[in-house]
Parts: sequence; C-alpha cells; structure tokens
Amino acid sequence: MIELALFYIFATIAVASAILVITQHNVVHSAAFLGATLFAVAGIFLTLHGEFLAGVQIIVYVGGILVLFVFVIMLIAVDRTAMERQYNRQWTIALVTAGILILEIGYGLYQGKDSFVLPPAAAVAAAAVAGNSERVGTTLYTVYLLPFEIASILLLVAIVGAVVLAKKKTQME
Amino acid sequence: MVPTHYYLILAAALFTIGIIGVLTRRNIMIILMSIELMMNAVNINLIAFSDRLQQVTGQVFAIFVITVAAAEAAVGLGIVIAMFKNKETMNINEIDLMKW
Repeated sequence: MIELALFYIFATIAVASAILVITQHNVVHSAAFLGATLFAVAGIFLTLHGEFLAGVQIIVYVGGILVLFVFVIMLIAVDRTAMERQYNRQWTIALVTAGILILEIGYGLYQGKDSFVLPPAAAVAAAAVAGNSERVGTTLYTVYLLPFEIASILLLVAIVGAVVLAKKKTQME
Repeated sequence: MVPTHYYLILAAALFTIGIIGVLTRRNIMIILMSIELMMNAVNINLIAFSDRLQQVTGQVFAIFVITVAAAEAAVGLGIVIAMFKNKETMNINEIDLMKW
C-alpha cells in the first residue's frame, strides 16, 4: 500500500516536472525542473528495489550531466535566447501525433497487463541473500566485463571529442 | 506491490513528453534535455522488468544507458558551444549551413 502511494507521488512529480521542462521559456528553469524529474525517477528506482541505480542516477545524472547543462547555459547568452520564438511551426501536428502515440501505448499496456509474469518464489528468496549493489557489481564485472570496458573506451572518446569540439581555434588553423 | 504496467505507462508518458520536446522546441538545450528524459524512461522500463523477473541484467543495462547518456551529453554540449561561437544562436532553425 505504501509502495503504491510512493509510486503515485514520485510519478506525479516526474511527469509534472517533465512537462514543465519542455514548456518553460527560460532554459535555467527547464534545467531546474529536469533536476526534479531526475530525483523523482531515482525515487521510482527505489520503489523497484534498485538502490544502487538510484544512487547512480543522483550522482551521475544530477551531479554530473545536469551540472554540465547548467555550466553550458551559463556560458551562453540566456537573456537573448529567451526572447526568441520558442516553438516550431509544426507543434500542433507533433502534439497530436504524440497524443495518439501515448494513447496507443497506454491502451496496449492496459489490455496486456496480465501478461507481465510474477517472479517465482525461489528466486525471490535467493535475491534477498545478497545486497543490490553486490549483485549488480558481480554481474557487471563477470558476465558483462567486455561491454564494461567498451563503455570506458566510449567515455574516453566522448571526453576527447568534447574537448576538440569546444576548444578555441589556434593560429595554425 | 505496484502492478508492472503502471511503471510501463509512466515510462511511456515520460518518453512521449521527451518526443514532444524534441519535435516542438527550437532551443537546442531543451532538445538535449528532452533526449535525457527519453533515456530516463527507458531506464524505468529496464529496472521495472529487472525487479519483476528477479534478474539483475536489466540494472546492468541501465548503467550502460546512463554511460551513453553521459557521453552523449558531453559531446552534444561541446557541439552547442562550438555552434554558439560561430553563429551566436541556440535556435535550431537558424542552423542550416554545413560551412560558411
């Protein structure tokens, strides 16, 4: 019962602030509401017993990516961009299409809600022995070791790419 | 216990809000934020099924999704800064030249 109440609270915060992210005129306000959405999604992860992922969500998303967004917003002119036109000419048709999409997905999920299987009882007992972080870490460093290394290469490439893109042009060029 | 399809409908709603943001806004920063919203929706789905099937694989995949999101944000914001140096705008409708 309390899980359901927590789910409704976090889901309401997440959806409401997500709508505010895409409707605010000022980019800084959008970034603030994006932070609220990310915290609410971390709460959703907690109701799903993903404690490690909730921590990663807050540290990486809120502490890393969102701070990066705010840095870039501060580096570029906020006042002038707030005066520009905010929406595309295609916004009505986009809204209608997205509305049809969400109705279709929601209807399909609601009709097929009985097909989402419940876990067998033995697996639940085994899962309770080890902690969440321990299980995630063990799987990450054994079964998914190669994807983990590839992810670290990806991050290295992204760092180099970001520096190259954002650096000043030298006299040589 | 919260029914699984509640989480899926929440994720679908967040994903659709992200799509609306990408399709309707002109400010490139808000478009990048909408992409982050969509990645969060995917993560909710992965972790919901990870919990319901009692397998930790979904959470490992969510970590990879977060990694890709971080890389995407770094490169995307680098592009935004390079673009702003050249064009002094964040309006995507004014960014229509490959070279000038």
